[in-house]
Amino acid sequence: MFEIVSRRDLSPNITEMKVKAPRVAQSAQPGQFVIVRVDELGERIPLTICDYDREKGTVTIVTQTIGISSAKINSLKQGDAFTDFAGPLGRPSDLLELPEEELKKQRVLFVAGGVGTAPVYPQAKWLKEHGVTADVIIGAKTKDIFTYVDEMRKVANVYLCTDDGSEGFHGMVTGLMKDLIERQGKQYDRCVIIGPMIMMKFAALATREYNIPTQVSLNALMVDGTGMCGACRVTVDGQTRFTCVDGPEFDGHKVDFDEAMRRQSMYRDNRKTHPETHNCKCHG
Amino acid sequence: MANRIPRVPVREQDPARRATNFEEVCYGYNDEEARLEASRCLNCKAPRCMGACPVHINIPAFVARVAAGDLAGAAAVIGADSSLPSVCGRVCPQENQCEGSCVLGIKSEPVAIGKLERYVGDWAIAHRDELPVSPAPRNGHKVAVIGSGPSGLACASDLARMGYEVKIFEALHKVGGVLVYGIPEFRLPKERIVAEEVKSVKDLGVEIETDVIVGRTLTVDDLLDREGYDAVFIGTGAGLPRFMGIEGENLNGVFSANEFLTRTNLMHAYDDSFDTPIYTGRKVVVVGGGNVAMDAVRTAKRLGAEAVIVYRRSEAELPARKEEVHHAKEEGIEFRMLTNPVRVVGDDKGWVKGIECVEMTLGEPDESGRRRPVEKEGSNFVIDCDVVVMALGTSPNPLIKSTTEGLQCNRKGCIEATEDGATSREGVFAGGDAVTGAATVILAMGAGRKAAAAIDSYIKSKPRQ
Ligand SMILES: Cc1cc2nc3c(=O)[nH]c(=O)nc-3n(C[C@H](O)[C@H](O)[C@H](O)COP(=O)(O)OP(=O)(O)OC[C@H]3O[C@@H](n4cnc5c(N)ncnc54)[C@H](O)[C@@H]3O)c2cc1C
Ligand SMILES: Cc1cc2nc3c(=O)[nH]c(=O)nc-3n(C[C@H](O)[C@H](O)[C@H](O)COP(=O)(O)OP(=O)(O)OC[C@H]3O[C@@H](n4cnc5c(N)ncnc54)[C@H](O)[C@@H]3O)c2cc1C
Ligand code: SF4
Ligand code: FES
Repeated sequence: MFEIVSRRDLSPNITEMKVKAPRVAQSAQPGQFVIVRVDELGERIPLTICDYDREKGTVTIVTQTIGISSAKINSLKQGDAFTDFAGPLGRPSDLLELPEEELKKQRVLFVAGGVGTAPVYPQAKWLKEHGVTADVIIGAKTKDIFTYVDEMRKVANVYLCTDDGSEGFHGMVTGLMKDLIERQGKQYDRCVIIGPMIMMKFAALATREYNIPTQVSLNALMVDGTGMCGACRVTVDGQTRFTCVDGPEFDGHKVDFDEAMRRQSMYRDNRKTHPETHNCKCHG
Repeated sequence: MANRIPRVPVREQDPARRATNFEEVCYGYNDEEARLEASRCLNCKAPRCMGACPVHINIPAFVARVAAGDLAGAAAVIGADSSLPSVCGRVCPQENQCEGSCVLGIKSEPVAIGKLERYVGDWAIAHRDELPVSPAPRNGHKVAVIGSGPSGLACASDLARMGYEVKIFEALHKVGGVLVYGIPEFRLPKERIVAEEVKSVKDLGVEIETDVIVGRTLTVDDLLDREGYDAVFIGTGAGLPRFMGIEGENLNGVFSANEFLTRTNLMHAYDDSFDTPIYTGRKVVVVGGGNVAMDAVRTAKRLGAEAVIVYRRSEAELPARKEEVHHAKEEGIEFRMLTNPVRVVGDDKGWVKGIECVEMTLGEPDESGRRRPVEKEGSNFVIDCDVVVMALGTSPNPLIKSTTEGLQCNRKGCIEATEDGATSREGVFAGGDAVTGAATVILAMGAGRKAAAAIDSYIKSKPRQ
């Protein structure tokens, strides 16, 4: 069992939990994720590692309520425990592979949207620890649902945007990217985008125009997370890849986003996960 | 003469009923049936069955004890060579092994060795409390076992019996490898059989830690250097699924057999009290002809779909156990032989609506000695379906190889190991599907036991520090 040592609400449907998982904390790197199970009946749910404390043996996760399983996770309290907390899974961020000298010179832009903000944090923090202060664009529909802004400000230059203009730049992340690059004359050597699939698709289209090498972190459906089932397969550069072992980060200019989005929505109309929308034309 | 008695038939769940539930198909012999069947054995001087058993169980000796009603004795005879009789009795391809060589099979039917083995194994589980367990005194050495499939369990239990402190590290949340995530409940009951086998391994003092992915959570070198293990056994299986590489394979509704079976078996998707969903559609086409394909297609049927096997060779070449093919047919599975998929067809929303296939004929034999299937040009046709399951085989996961320096693997990604499991790395042993590629439970179990013996002599030969 993996105990929740602290828990706080970041917004009405997003919570942050620090979980005691010494082995995961020991090996975790930015860009990796865990698979958790709430109880013996639960699904195996992938969640990005948002921070880790090797000394205390804790790993931080941030979960947005979407359906049954994420709601179950967010109903847990401090002192409760996950039945399973396996990881770290996936490959660490490509940033970690850069030679020290090259890394120092990197001008990095992160683009975060929705619950993708917290997963950007460990990468921005890691860069800061390695002497690089990155720019981070955080996008939200409206100002009340920003998360992780204060944390992020400690490790990076933060630029906010809202769809309704209630805070920061008025517009979407792609608009703010354009503003930074074209109006403010910013230059970037690489970009990392984490957020909803549709946002990653359009943000990656934008960076392609500016010729900025781009990584996106894909949240495909998963079961085992170890390369055993292929549920997480995506097409990158015309090749089938398994998100859980070959990713989760891939070249954002080569991902087939339309296929990825279609595959991700596979259980959106399922009897078990979404009884309210399931119109029984099948046995699933 | 004893062999005038016909082979005692085994009682099974009615096909129409069992095709709608996940309970075990075969009920097994009762005491009377087992004794009668055992009495058919001729107790051959040079038993052919034994030679054909991959781990050389002394078959006439155990069968004779069953005939005499000495089940503890029978269990002890099998136990000398196999640690998973209730599992192997159920899943071994007996027709190619012991039973395929039984001398009675020449003129009539072979002794039902598998069913008798299962009978003895189940008896041993039920009477475990009465059987002596003798964990040896601890010898002060530690061995780590990676993977809790048959090879890992067998290696761990042998080492524990020799006095080693053994810990199994398993990536998944449940123990048993393919026995829990792959082979379905209706062939191998999870609680009654697999969990009991695991319990007996634990009773020997073996510790099991789940949720540890070696190569990610920690590495083989961490185990040796940081965690103080004297040796490591790698029994990580061959879990990586293969796809055909044809058009439409990433449409919604195409699954690997591993995913389809894992959702059902490991995650209990068929049971509404569990959260994991599964999509079964109305008609499921399973591509392949091995045990995995049979398990997937029979699972689909039980989930309520019409279920079809598509296989590119003919029935004679089906690599699955004969019994599974027979059971599948009884359950109403459709078999489309000499048929090979060329494309999965999708609807405008990206969901499967059919599978385009070509007819095949059998040509000259290939390297494997089987006749090579050749496409009949222009014979393309579409089978309507909404789910396609690819059961084309698996290969070892590259994770351990890529994170363990100096561990030699062959072209196919299998770990290179000697007959007794020694790898290119000192103190690192391997066995089972990770070494051979996808094979059988009995071979994996045998490899685990051989490696245990080799690990014992390796550690004993090391100078004491
Ligand atoms: C590598 C990775 C990292 C992730 N990191 C985070 C994170 O840090 N915080 C967070 O809140 N969410 C994260 N997600 C998404 C999270 O796993 C899903 O939101 C969650 O599985 C939804 O389950 P549900 O039952 O609540 O939703 P439902 O919509 O009811 O789910 C139905 C089915 O689809 C699956 N599913 C639905 N949406 C997703 C999705 N976006 N990704 C994967 N599977 C999905 C579910 O597992 C379930 O089987 C991540 C996903 C991946 C693959
Ligand atoms: C659906 C199906 C049906 C089958 N039917 C039959 C049959 O009827 N008869 C028969 O004889 N054989 C059958 N087989 C084959 C048989 O199950 C395998 O040959 C056997 O299980 C191999 O045993 P193993 O110990 O080598 O590996 P596995 O049983 O594959 O176990 C390996 C274990 O290692 C774990 N693991 C992998 N990587 C790591 C890691 N990095 N760190 C930690 N743990 C790890 C896995 O999660 C798994 O639990 C079938 C296989 C399948 C898939
Ligand atoms: S070959 Fe058949 S008859 Fe002979 S010992 Fe083996 S099981 Fe008995
Ligand atoms: S989640 Fe099963 S292979 Fe990636």
